[in-house]
Amino acid sequence: MLTTKVFIRKNKAGNFLKNIREHYLRDDINCGISNCDHCVPHLNSITPPTNENKSTLYNFNHYLILDTNVILHQMDILEEDVICNVIILNTVLEEVKHRNLPIYRRLNNVMENSSRNFYLFPNNFHIECYVAQDKLEIINDYNDRCIRKACVWYMQHVPKANFILVTDDVANRQLALKDNIHCCSVENYVAQLESAANLQDKLAHHEFQYASKKDDIFPPHLTTVEIHQGIKENKFYQGVYHASRDNFLEGYVTIEESDESLTQIIVQGRAGQNRAVQGDIVAVELFNISEWTVPSDMVLEDEGLVESGVDEVVRKETELKLSKGKKAEDKKPTGRVVGIIRRKWRQYCGILQQDGDATNLHQLFVPAERRVPKIRIQTRQGEYLRSQKIVVSIDLWPQHSRYPEGHFVRALGPIGDQATENEVVLLEHEVPHNQFSEQVLKCLPKIPWIITDADVAERVDLRHLAICSVDPPGCTDIDDALHCRTLSENTFEVGVHIADVSHFIRPGTALDLEAANRATTVYLVNKRIDMVPELLSSFLCSLRGGEERFAFSCIWEMDKDAKILNVRCHKSIIKSRKAMTYEEAQITIDDKTNNGAIAIALRNLNMLAKILKRKRLENGALVLASPEVKIHMDSETMEPLDVEVKQLFETNSMVEEFMLLANISVAEIILEAFPDCAMLRRHPSPPVTNFDPLLKVGQNLGFDIKVDTGKHLAESLDLAVKKNNPYMNTMLRILATRCMMQAVYFPSGILPRSNYFHYGLAVPLYTHFTSPIRRYADIMVHRLLAVTVGSDATYPDLLNKQKSQQLCNNLNYRNRMAQYAGRASVAFNTHLFFRNKVQDEEGYILCIRKNAIQILIPRYGLECALYLQTQKCGDVVLRAFDPVTVRLSLDSSNVQHERFVLKLVHPYIDGFSVQPLSVPSKRKNEIKNKKKINEKRKKQL
Amino acid sequence: MSRKELLSKIGLRQDGRRAEELRRIRCKLGVFTQPDGSAYLEQGLTKVLAAVYGPHQVRGGRSKAQHDAAILNCQFSMAVFSTGDRKKRPRGDRKSTEISIHLRQALLAAVKVELYPWSQIDVFVEVLHADGGVFSACVNAATLALIDAGIPLKEYICACTASLANNNVAMVDISNQEEIIGGPVLTVVALPMSAKIVHMEMFQRFHLDHLPKVLNLALQGCKDIKVILDEAVRNHVEDIGSTTGWSNTTTKQ
Ligand SMILES: [Zn+2]
Repeated sequence: MLTTKVFIRKNKAGNFLKNIREHYLRDDINCGISNCDHCVPHLNSITPPTNENKSTLYNFNHYLILDTNVILHQMDILEEDVICNVIILNTVLEEVKHRNLPIYRRLNNVMENSSRNFYLFPNNFHIECYVAQDKLEIINDYNDRCIRKACVWYMQHVPKANFILVTDDVANRQLALKDNIHCCSVENYVAQLESAANLQDKLAHHEFQYASKKDDIFPPHLTTVEIHQGIKENKFYQGVYHASRDNFLEGYVTIEESDESLTQIIVQGRAGQNRAVQGDIVAVELFNISEWTVPSDMVLEDEGLVESGVDEVVRKETELKLSKGKKAEDKKPTGRVVGIIRRKWRQYCGILQQDGDATNLHQLFVPAERRVPKIRIQTRQGEYLRSQKIVVSIDLWPQHSRYPEGHFVRALGPIGDQATENEVVLLEHEVPHNQFSEQVLKCLPKIPWIITDADVAERVDLRHLAICSVDPPGCTDIDDALHCRTLSENTFEVGVHIADVSHFIRPGTALDLEAANRATTVYLVNKRIDMVPELLSSFLCSLRGGEERFAFSCIWEMDKDAKILNVRCHKSIIKSRKAMTYEEAQITIDDKTNNGAIAIALRNLNMLAKILKRKRLENGALVLASPEVKIHMDSETMEPLDVEVKQLFETNSMVEEFMLLANISVAEIILEAFPDCAMLRRHPSPPVTNFDPLLKVGQNLGFDIKVDTGKHLAESLDLAVKKNNPYMNTMLRILATRCMMQAVYFPSGILPRSNYFHYGLAVPLYTHFTSPIRRYADIMVHRLLAVTVGSDATYPDLLNKQKSQQLCNNLNYRNRMAQYAGRASVAFNTHLFFRNKVQDEEGYILCIRKNAIQILIPRYGLECALYLQTQKCGDVVLRAFDPVTVRLSLDSSNVQHERFVLKLVHPYIDGFSVQPLSVPSKRKNEIKNKKKINEKRKKQL
Repeated sequence: MSRKELLSKIGLRQDGRRAEELRRIRCKLGVFTQPDGSAYLEQGLTKVLAAVYGPHQVRGGRSKAQHDAAILNCQFSMAVFSTGDRKKRPRGDRKSTEISIHLRQALLAAVKVELYPWSQIDVFVEVLHADGGVFSACVNAATLALIDAGIPLKEYICACTASLANNNVAMVDISNQEEIIGGPVLTVVALPMSAKIVHMEMFQRFHLDHLPKVLNLALQGCKDIKVILDEAVRNHVEDIGSTTGWSNTTTKQ
């Protein structure tokens, strides 16, 4: 069964090393074709083509065999469902893996889809397909020979089937023809495919007629060897390229490993940027100090058309040079990109440029991300695509081309359509939002789900307790519930019950891996992208009112002063009496006639929460603010009806306090049990320089804001109050929030204890335990806690510090992206709401810039710029935090980047301000609503 | 993520084996004439020579001699050319001393030393080429050499390694390349017929949950090796028999 083949490799590692490895050749490898007469049917065999590849080029049923470059370059084509019945050779797969990991992963995804009929054939281990490498043969030729050998073998092994080798390598095709192998290029194959009319648009173009040298627009890139040599000799620096958002001719490179003096190098113009694209890892050469420049504050937009030459760029480059400030002290390190170390190209969302001829084969693509250059693509459906948001990939950026060359990947839907824009938001923030795969869904429990006696035996039965949940209205993924009962005159038992998600999501299953990758549920204005399938998130895990559910309970005994006497955690079965909204809970508390168990519990909880909050604030926890808005949607048309600031009740704070307490208690428990791998959350204290904008404003307003510690900051913020401008304090807190660092997850073993601190909450230890339905970190914490209390076993990755660190990196990244995606969605819907509307709104000046005033409009949570032509006009003085009235309207002239235009209404400045609008009839209704809310608020106080 | 996987999606290892397959084992008894017993064993590319002297009188001071059993003396060494980089390996360095001691302990489990009081048995093993699983190859070679020397054993002493691929699948008989790519290596010396574990050692660690399957696979490996060794011994006996003329009594009929 086994034969051996020994081959020798020479490795250079100082000395020549003889490296001998065994290579077993097998005769038990299945060819994968299920109606083959020689092989035993195999589990993974590809069924005889049910969905044939219909092609005018080949009028018979066939299997495809691909070469490495086809996979590397044409992955977008391969992801199309029309490409079926493909044999992937192991030789090819390994080469793909070696050269491009992301492509390799995408290929694996395609192969896993059983309807596509992809089969991996380990030709290099097959006794009849193996070929030895000749001594002088270069690796590419050898691989091609392996591929041809496999083709020939297949033709002999299954004579009744047909095989087509797809390769773009002309020499390989000629050699293949000699062996009577059917072969053709990708372009040829795709063009002749019957079922895919527009597939050609997705072809990547990698070969270009090279124009003469004098047509070159960009300097050449250095070779990899030259770059490495240069970096070794400290001639070049390695760093990440970032393009400027406002100026297409400027960017900077952040240096990864360097002495502290040099962290950023500015690059300007064609020669400086030299075809680097946002995110690429590049090599830069630093100029002499005499050639350094000042970063420009100009806004330069790329106005080029698809056929336009380089003249516009040249003109703008001159403009840029002339505009430069002369001040020597403002000069920053400047350099030029000499080569690309690694491209970080991804797929980009955007639209086709609208001017020019839509029937032209070449079209220009304008990415939604401003920092990415326009991309030239070929399409035969330009007219249609101009109405669509589309996705495009970059293939290459030749020296003679003003724009990178790319290809169309897919259309997302009509521009401005809500579903389309959601898709764009999700794609641009890399939020995984595919349907859950079959494998994932297979991991779900069977319905009807019944609690067995064994379950009851393993858990503490708390079904008799008066537990209830308090959440925002319309919440279907309820992760937490509370109870409180009086033990004696002075002591209470308080319990926080969290959905036991880790009971359903077992480590290492497809479901677990998917949730770990998603990391968090993402909330868009009218859409929720779940971390776990709906059956769990909205049903089995969700602690719904009146239903028996599994929970992980954290139960304290507390005295009247909210001092914790003891704490215990265990898995339990609960039956929530009622799922309440914050408002309902508030009403229950306020209704003095209601003396039911729930009402009493809520009142006690509320009383304790207030004490807890007071204690927390005394310790120096910060009260921060950010203008959060809620968008009311018309449930039928899915159009935003109104935008309003989120309403807060006392009960919001009540729930929050107990969640914080549970998180802190659990953090302490798991850290003690797992000093090396407890998953915690820390919030680093920001460097003092972060507070500069806050300090400046504070000074102007006459407040002494101390930032040396969180406690001092909290105290000085509390003192900064002005009677005549009650919103000012909130503004200060909004500013303070922006000075903060991001809170991050980490495994305890990688940092010294002193770094565990949570600055915002002013606690030494913190973690996330209370929302396992929508955050993966909480699932990990549940698993750790379950081990601690003896109700579950450990598993390898749980105790692996490195694995935990990798997981945390992903969680942190996904969380940040989820936050950005949420904001982008709110912004889009606010825009949608304001289309064709003009309104006067109250706002506050956030800060004053050279040519604009930044204004915050709390009602919509908007922050917009009011542009000024001159610094002085009239005799009105505007200061930071002054209230103003502005006229708000939407400028939709740029389809992809709508923006708000402000005009000053009050204070009235002659020649600059506009007259106030008379209130249109529709607004009156809204004002009434607003009054109602105000009344409600008064009630609360 | 490491670029190289120990076990690919289609279930093949780097060298084309499946997870539960041993490398090719080739062995020969009686390769030298001078020692009382000798054997040569190849397990994949790991190549080992073993020689046994004795039982003979205790050398170097009678004081060491035991009244109820023979002294078992084991010595392990590696040839200068046994690994990729050539370097002098002095006899008796820490590592080889340790392996020598382990080898002695493993062999003592089956060698009936109590039959030879006041005497000594020497076992020398030399690694000609190291490609993973060196210790287990030494144990297997030493067993054959002891048999060749005609020293009574309770049963075969076999050793095998196993590891955990992709943090999930157990795989047997680890090559040097697989050791380098990573993953813990568990070495088990067992008496396969009575299913007793004589010696167990592990580099790096994995979660306890995985131990049963890895251990079972290693034990299965020991059993498979026993079959191969047994066949080699039978062939050897047959060869000797046919030359000396008493083969007719033992050969298959
Ligand atoms: Zn076959």
